Amino acid sequence: MIDARQLTKRYGEKTAVDSLDFTVRPGTVTGFLGPNGAGKSTTMRMIVGLDAPTGGSVTVNGRRYAQHRAPLQEVGALLEAKSVHPGRSAYRHLKALALTHGIPQRRVVEVIEIAGLGSVARKRAGAFSLGMGQRLGIAAALLGDPQTVMLDEPVNGLDPEGVLWIRNLLTSLAAEGRTVFVSSHLMSEVALVADHLIVVGRGRLLADTTVRDLVRAAGGDTVQVATQDPARLRDVLAGPGVDVTGRIGSEELQVTGLTAREIGLKAAEHGIALFELSSRQVSLERAFMDLTRDAVEYHGSTTGTEAAESLGRTA
Amino acid sequence: MTTLTATERTPPAAPSRPAYRVTGRRVLASEWEKLWSLRSTWITLGLGLLFLVAFGLIAAGRYQSTYGSPHLDHDFATSTAVSLSLFGTNFAQLALGVLGVLVTAGEYSTGMIRSSLAAVPRRLPVLWSKAAVFGLVALAVALVGVFVAFFFGSHIVSGTPAAIGFSHAGVVRSLLGAALYLGLVGVIGTALGSLLRSVAGGISVLVAALMLVPGLASLLPSSWRDDVTRFLPSNAGESMFALTHDSTSLSPGAGLLVFLGWTALALAGAAYRLLRSDV
Repeated sequence: MIDARQLTKRYGEKTAVDSLDFTVRPGTVTGFLGPNGAGKSTTMRMIVGLDAPTGGSVTVNGRRYAQHRAPLQEVGALLEAKSVHPGRSAYRHLKALALTHGIPQRRVVEVIEIAGLGSVARKRAGAFSLGMGQRLGIAAALLGDPQTVMLDEPVNGLDPEGVLWIRNLLTSLAAEGRTVFVSSHLMSEVALVADHLIVVGRGRLLADTTVRDLVRAAGGDTVQVATQDPARLRDVLAGPGVDVTGRIGSEELQVTGLTAREIGLKAAEHGIALFELSSRQVSLERAFMDLTRDAVEYHGSTTGTEAAESLGRTA
Repeated sequence: MTTLTATERTPPAAPSRPAYRVTGRRVLASEWEKLWSLRSTWITLGLGLLFLVAFGLIAAGRYQSTYGSPHLDHDFATSTAVSLSLFGTNFAQLALGVLGVLVTAGEYSTGMIRSSLAAVPRRLPVLWSKAAVFGLVALAVALVGVFVAFFFGSHIVSGTPAAIGFSHAGVVRSLLGAALYLGLVGVIGTALGSLLRSVAGGISVLVAALMLVPGLASLLPSSWRDDVTRFLPSNAGESMFALTHDSTSLSPGAGLLVFLGWTALALAGAAYRLLRSDV
């Protein structure tokens, strides 16, 4: 459980994290989304006490991270890929971290196996590929068998097999009742594993929601219908929460608030012929872009190029 | 069958978790492991030891071959077996000081510090452990170095005016002082590395403090030059292991106290920055 209250970080004039309020709950995967430079990494560094907040506070399982007796048992964090001395072997890197907590050697061997580093554990970490380095970071995060696992951009540099491995790892950790908090600037990646989403832009909270609600808020699922008798179909479908649009004289209608299945059944019930019936799901990527674009516009000080840049990086 | 394995693989989360805990001794053990798991440690300590022994013996051999002849170097005129065999101290202090800087600043340049401080978020135990572990290792290497250098060096110069043995007054004190000085230089190195968070910066300040500043002292007005220079780290350190002391230098005890003061100052600066700055 991670609890941020009015969490703020300023670097001189620049506010990297601006009064963030959010809670990350156990048992689910919570995605932490935002364009690059939105303050995700800064927030994560504040959670494990590497950066001190300028204002507000963040606690882990009820206490500040540094106040825990065994911090690695509370939060396992993968921050940047390079949090390792390149001259030290993976095994001895993990062993040195384990020694601080009295974590037994067999756990070191265990996380090396979990991360699939068995064959390279004795090699210098500096010789690792980006993906191997990422796996070593995840092995370190799991070392203390932590209640909360926090990963900053974990799929960076991983091959498709590695990406799949991370997805399965995250969902299995959440299924064990752990708190899983994972950041990404790629909506498509997070949507596959996360149930809950915290979206930030320019250090501000843009949305604290579920994947389904985000889609609904962004225009929901639209069903495209083409019919012989659009006027009658409108009457048949009309109801609370249902919105039907379409050009006058056109056979095509766009329906929100009903599934394709429901529309098909109603049309059949009333004997209306349909020529087309298809779901047009609003892409999450699009919903995410809309959210973050608003954030850019909200801060009117940005010039056009900067906005375009941040959008470009998002994509 | 499948359901059985599934239930076995998801144990109840809350109870029966091992009770890990960060303690001072464990942080020390971790720093010990970190120190010896890098190749640079072995190489640099080896160099430090080599400098101490080899240069001490070369100096003794050079003295032995030229004493009494008109070719005797000016520097060697007042030499003793102690000063000859400690000839390598200057070079060994570079090796040990630089390794001290690497022990701390190397964590910042590689990003390792984030792992270290995430494991020990109270931070200060990491600094104390690094300073203690490396200081003691540097002391041990220096002890071996100076005693080996003197053992063979004093044999080489036996029968010359420089000859003195272990039993001579002040010899053992000098040798212990030199080893202690080198150990403290290692501690100062770790403190500077942690304070400046940069390998290049740490080494520069270390070299400046130990080797360049004494040279600048000659620019001071002579009326109060001695009052200042004898308190400089290099001069105070030198009085820890010099066999003889004159009015311009501190006594060995006072030299040790002053040098300890410099070490404490560097450590205090490092501790302040470690607690106050983000990493």
